[in-house]
Amino acid sequence: MSLSTTARRLFNVSVSHCSLTLSRYTTTAKSSSKAISLTCPSKLYIPRREISYSNVAGPLRSENKVTVNFVNRDGEKITVKGSPGDTLLDVVIDQNLDFDGFGACEGTLACSTCHLIFEEEVYKKLGPVTDEEMDMLDLAYGLTDTSRLGCQICLSKSLDGMTARVPESVADIRQSGDGSA
Amino acid sequence: MRNMKMHFAAIQRCLLVQQCMGTSSVNVFTSVRKLASATSTCLKVCIVGAGPAGFYTAQHLLKSRTDVQVDLYERLPVPFGLVRFGVAPDHPEVKNVINTFTQTAQHDRCSFYGNVNVGKDVSVQELQQAYHAVVLSYGAEGNRKMGVTGEDLAGVYSAKDFVGWYNGLPCNKQLQPDLSCETVVILGQGNVALDVARVLLSPLDILKTDITQSALQALEASKVRRVLVVGRRGPLQVACTIKFLREMLNLPDTRTEMLASDFEGISDTLKDLPRPRKRLTELMLKAVKEAKEETDARKRWGFRFLRSPVEVLAGPDGARAAAIRLAVNKLEGSGDAARAVTTGQVEDVECGMIISSIGYKSLPIDSSVPFDLKRAILPNNLGRVQDTSGLYCSGWVKRGPTGVIATTMNDSFDTARTLLQDMESGVLDLSVSKAGSGAISALLGSRGVRVVSFPEWEKINTEEVRRGEVNGKPREKLLDVKEMLSVAWS
Repeated sequence: MSLSTTARRLFNVSVSHCSLTLSRYTTTAKSSSKAISLTCPSKLYIPRREISYSNVAGPLRSENKVTVNFVNRDGEKITVKGSPGDTLLDVVIDQNLDFDGFGACEGTLACSTCHLIFEEEVYKKLGPVTDEEMDMLDLAYGLTDTSRLGCQICLSKSLDGMTARVPESVADIRQSGDGSA
Repeated sequence: MRNMKMHFAAIQRCLLVQQCMGTSSVNVFTSVRKLASATSTCLKVCIVGAGPAGFYTAQHLLKSRTDVQVDLYERLPVPFGLVRFGVAPDHPEVKNVINTFTQTAQHDRCSFYGNVNVGKDVSVQELQQAYHAVVLSYGAEGNRKMGVTGEDLAGVYSAKDFVGWYNGLPCNKQLQPDLSCETVVILGQGNVALDVARVLLSPLDILKTDITQSALQALEASKVRRVLVVGRRGPLQVACTIKFLREMLNLPDTRTEMLASDFEGISDTLKDLPRPRKRLTELMLKAVKEAKEETDARKRWGFRFLRSPVEVLAGPDGARAAAIRLAVNKLEGSGDAARAVTTGQVEDVECGMIISSIGYKSLPIDSSVPFDLKRAILPNNLGRVQDTSGLYCSGWVKRGPTGVIATTMNDSFDTARTLLQDMESGVLDLSVSKAGSGAISALLGSRGVRVVSFPEWEKINTEEVRRGEVNGKPREKLLDVKEMLSVAWS
């Protein structure tokens, strides 16, 4: 059994927590028993909603927030703040950032539309990549060596001030399947 | 700065809208408010086909201009195309895109007209008269045939029909495939082929989402234990994506049965491959290496390479498929461009069911629309249908039936951008006013065609969810168009 399978099985135990964190986006088709929603891979064993609760329990202090810079497809820089534990996709949704088509599968590792490109030093700090994330990245437009999926990156204090670039969409030159999504 | 820029753009568009409407600009800010609620649009675009391509094209148009009304016409009473009827039941997360599509359909300036068969109930020319632009995104409803003797025997199905059957496509309701055999041969090695293989071999609890109850029952009684996925070329040309292969390798109670000889010399080529192909090939090599003979798995699957169908062989009754004759191929050339050429050798594989998954195919919609029969697409330049004016295309009918949802998304955004460009550059004549859905509704009414609106689809949706609860599923699809209509109009 591969590490990722182990992780997935362990994670199934906390599926209910996981769907809690997703319910914000999701209104349909969410009863898969396998729910590969590795929303926060680096913290697989800690249901994310609980982290948020503990944050909310105390007074909201702005110094706990993490500053994130996005560079959009037009090269424009947008600076926003997110909470530790939030994924970069959460930040894009919460802040209503207008990146066309971003996060089509709503953070369930079923597409590659939340593809982001990082600087080398930031990339090294982002934590391990699962095979499943790599599989989806393989289908991403403009894939680079420092590409990740925004739904898989959790904010932490150490990432304060980071920059993530939204790749331009380009003509599809990759090999691909015969249509099934 | 960014907000200001957006604000300015909004005011600019607003002024444009007012010009179109012929209203005087008394107060820009009152009109901003008016714009938010009223249907103050003067540019009318219609989209044929409410699948992913249609919805993504609509989404981009609506977002980019505040003066455009987008109407989606769909042949079935229900929207979402292959997201509803193509995506496998064990991939519910892919269907999350429906949430965004629903938002688009509920947009003030978007309308859904289901139960309208463009090309029959209303012609493309009639749509062109009523709209400034028409986008064809009606997908690929046909399928490529193998073109071999015996293709019409019982037990031979196209993947398109098989997928339509388990996903509740009304026209495939009667398929009821016979799953009493042990071995199934699937021809084609794309993602659809692996969807079918997975559905045939998966434990039922994984499938128990919105798969039809009748398919679930048939699969419960299934005797299928072995699925061979056959391709005419080699491992380096396999068409599936890595996610689908990994799912096959992780199927419970299922052993992967590859032929090590198929992979000789493959590992030497790895270093020169682009990353996606390299990872896909490495995963296959790993599967070959780890394949254990002494496993107690009850089911098996595997790829078979360098084989093309020659003939489907009937059993003793002469009516049912009992085996398939395959030509043994060799490759000429290398990489994606490699060609399969027959060696003259053949081999027979015994099997009770054959599913051809060699590709979907778009069909012509209307004699007035140019169609490239050889490539089975609408001939187009960046989404502009060749030799026409005001006619566009997106999705599979534009580029052929390949790619995942993100591919269709980008492709549809591209077509929307082309259309917007033509609006701005004056290629499209926007000075004439168009009647839009008003004219089409009148035509349809006179022809006895009643449309299904989005709120009416939502009644179908509610009923399906309700029926699903009874079976412990998120949804039980209605399988019959008549029944859909009676629920919609109830």
